[in-house]
Amino acid sequence: MTTTLRPTPSPNDAQIRTPLARVRGLGSAKEGTDHFWRQRVTGVANLFLVIFAVFLMLKLVGASYQNARAILSSPLVTLPLGMLILSGVIHMRLGMQTVIEDYIHSEGLKIVLLMLNTFFAIAVGATCILAVLKLAFGS
Amino acid sequence: MASAKPSAGTQRPISPHLQIYSPLINMMMSIIHRITGVALYGGTLLLAFYLVSAASGPEAYYHAKWIFGKPIGLIILFGYTWALFHHMLGGIRHMIWDTGRGFDLATVDRLCWGSLIGSISLTILVWVAAFML
Repeated sequence: MTTTLRPTPSPNDAQIRTPLARVRGLGSAKEGTDHFWRQRVTGVANLFLVIFAVFLMLKLVGASYQNARAILSSPLVTLPLGMLILSGVIHMRLGMQTVIEDYIHSEGLKIVLLMLNTFFAIAVGATCILAVLKLAFGS
Repeated sequence: MASAKPSAGTQRPISPHLQIYSPLINMMMSIIHRITGVALYGGTLLLAFYLVSAASGPEAYYHAKWIFGKPIGLIILFGYTWALFHHMLGGIRHMIWDTGRGFDLATVDRLCWGSLIGSISLTILVWVAAFML
């Protein structure tokens, strides 16, 4: 057999995994590095969007209702704000998934918590997006 | 099926866990990165509360503003700001490590202390700016 570069060399691995499985690199969960990669992509997006959000926060500190509405109805604000919410909830869902998988060893509870994690991320994300849309288009 | 638990009566050696090691800055930063991540997770409720209040009308908006302006509100927001900056700088550190760079001990220490000092500095900077603007 030819030697291949793999992170965890195991003597049996080369024989057990087919060449197709190896080149796909998806592993037993069939996800490959998807989780890792999404975490990095949303992380980089959050870096820029959070810097924007900090400046937005500084503009909103102490603002009157009329001022806050005026700021939060500009597309230059609602667009990045909406993207931050989307990228943020994806990022935090992936992060919390890792925390749950690390610490919860009972299979049933783990599945319940993973599901609640997804529900929470979607609920918070949808609520924020609805509020942002109302601020953008509502009276 | 093989069980994950050691069989009864056998004292098997177990690998050392956290309490065995003396705290090092990189280990503390790793732990704090996770804790700030979890805190930010819960903290999205603050953002949702603020946005929903602003979208609901003046009464709800001023109510939210009143809560955030109370000492407890300010403390929570201050902590949230620090968690945000700390997690952000920790994320940058991890992305540097993702490229395979910066793993020598001196650089590891410098990156870890840098993210801690940086997050505290940025938090203070933003809050000073918030009170002066």
